[in-house]
Amino acid sequence: MLLVLLGAFIGSFGGVFLKSGAGQVREGLVYMFISRDPPFFNWRLATGVAFFLLSSYFFVLGIRPPGELSVLYPMVSLGYIFTLLWSRIFFKEPLTRVKFFGLFLIVVGVVFVGLGSK
Amino acid sequence: MSNAAITDAAQIPEKPARRQPVGLVFCCTILGAAAQILMKTGANHLAQPGLLSMATNLPLMGGYCLYGLSTLLLVLALKDGELSLLYPVIALTYVWVTVLSFLIFHDGINAWKLAGIVLIVSGVTVLGKGGRR
Repeated sequence: MLLVLLGAFIGSFGGVFLKSGAGQVREGLVYMFISRDPPFFNWRLATGVAFFLLSSYFFVLGIRPPGELSVLYPMVSLGYIFTLLWSRIFFKEPLTRVKFFGLFLIVVGVVFVGLGSK
Repeated sequence: MSNAAITDAAQIPEKPARRQPVGLVFCCTILGAAAQILMKTGANHLAQPGLLSMATNLPLMGGYCLYGLSTLLLVLALKDGELSLLYPVIALTYVWVTVLSFLIFHDGINAWKLAGIVLIVSGVTVLGKGGRR
């Protein structure tokens, strides 16, 4: 369970790095990892992808027997809440009532799907 | 339930500036769900775990490719969209996976899952409409 929590935490940072790297992406998918400005290699994007891979590795470790899939889902939805925090802290995105309400519905929904997967 | 979300995505041309990122993430969740189904199919056919048997497993590799593609779409969406708005929309993947595994693998569906699907779809609809402002 701690492994899954760690995975969700790392995954939420993956989103942060993807977002910060996305601003550097040029038109045309071939140039995905080649950024506009020096040092030209889009290391933020690469870090984001690496974080996502790492988080899925922790998920797989965490749900190996005797771990349960139903534990995975609530932890994943915790990741969404972390991401809301990071968006506020790192990108100064406004936190609106609509975002809280939408996120609340999604988090409860993901937990429910988890409960149904027991 | 999913009908509401589909019409949502179909209205993208009306408000390109605001709607496009949410529409992109919407496509990204469909690709992500297809990837998971392919991986599950591949894992079912996997005789023994090993690098070679995994690399020659067509559904498994197809799943990884689709995952890569969905990440590309996510990056494009994040270019113009807010992270706090788009990241929770990824939860739609669970909706597709639950429905698809019911249809393909005949995994059981129950009241919890159904309620969860309804809640996730409503949450995404709220975020999609709120993002338009």
